[in-house]
Amino acid sequence: MSGAPATRPTREAILAILDTVMDPEVPVLSVRELGIVRDVSVDHDGAVTVVVTPTYSGCPAIRVIEQDITSALHDAGVEEVRIQTVYSPAWTSDWIPDSARAKLKAYGIAPPTPVASTELVQLLRAPRTPQCPYCDSHDTEVRSEFGSTACKSICWCRSCRQPFEEFKGI
Amino acid sequence: MTQPSVVPALPEPPHDELELLLRLGDDRLVLGHRLSEWCGHAPILEEDIALANVALDLLGQATLFLRRAGRLEGKGRDEDALAYFREAVEFRNCLLVEQPNGDFAFTIARQFLFDVHAVVTLDALSRSTRPELAALAAKALKEAKYHVRHSGEWMLKLGDGTDESHRRVQRALDELWRFTPELFVADGVAARLAVQGIAPDLPALRPQWASIVRDVVDRATLTLPHEVSHSPHLRGGRSGMHGEHLGHLLAEMQIVARTHPGAKW
Repeated sequence: MSGAPATRPTREAILAILDTVMDPEVPVLSVRELGIVRDVSVDHDGAVTVVVTPTYSGCPAIRVIEQDITSALHDAGVEEVRIQTVYSPAWTSDWIPDSARAKLKAYGIAPPTPVASTELVQLLRAPRTPQCPYCDSHDTEVRSEFGSTACKSICWCRSCRQPFEEFKGI
Repeated sequence: MTQPSVVPALPEPPHDELELLLRLGDDRLVLGHRLSEWCGHAPILEEDIALANVALDLLGQATLFLRRAGRLEGKGRDEDALAYFREAVEFRNCLLVEQPNGDFAFTIARQFLFDVHAVVTLDALSRSTRPELAALAAKALKEAKYHVRHSGEWMLKLGDGTDESHRRVQRALDELWRFTPELFVADGVAARLAVQGIAPDLPALRPQWASIVRDVVDRATLTLPHEVSHSPHLRGGRSGMHGEHLGHLLAEMQIVARTHPGAKW
């Protein structure tokens, strides 16, 4: 009993701390808003388990994210932090809530479009025209499906003649 | 009193699920490495970034499959040990993915043939009776669908593009076609796993793969090569019989880890 911490943090308190842990590649969104944090539990002796899911199999940011979560909780006085990684259900950009989509747009990244198609191979679609986060025009084009990080594509706005990034819908 | 009879040690039984994980992981590790060779050399900046992105996804998938393989093997090898400290004969990738990059059309054709195989097999594997395997497959499938869109649209652009792009991608398809039967061969491992519902029945998936490939090839105004004979020399990858190219690839991929074992940075 002697080793028990003075106060056992509540689940809500842990979630509030995780709201302050930002994604290293999209620093306007927290790891909760991105849907990377799937669950949190606090056991009887105050140890905290954070369940996370990676966005992409090869996302190089996932280790940094795990370290950031651990150190934020350590800083808040949680001594024992366990990170548990789950792969099912697979992460989808559909988990990003509307409030976070607005933050992405304000940051200059077009929010992801909903993942509608279940087709295995979908070619020759009508070209997508994501809304420009700067001038709101739809007179845009996707220049490359792949961008500076695994989660973004590269677009061009014909209206305000600016390049911009779009969060990939996956 | 009977003497205890001397029982010769039985050879270790084949571990089918471990083999499956090595096949899935090695396909992605080797192809991811091949694509990474384009980094800084692709014809345009967007493609440089795209090929590196696909490589990153494939390496990420390889990490997950090989990590699980290492755990199942139970000899203390993690994904890095499996990637950097195995010899070519221990690799289980198909021969298609180890073929050198060639020109851009060759890389795209190789990628397209693999990507269609990936979406078809991962989709089926996402219904595996092994929940952990099904989860990894469902995750990889999302990425594979993105990849096949990229390689498939390039097949259309190159095939239905200029005379030169058409000629080059047709040549690539003709050269690579002989490596495609291996993708759907059911050897003992694959057949036993299919019976248990752990992995899909590969020969049964081939028509779906062939129909997607044929559709894109037709629309790209290309000609589907003739069926090739199932020469055993063109399907040795799953049992460790590789061409000379894999050894050269591994030499480059493994040299740093072998020169400085245990190095951290």
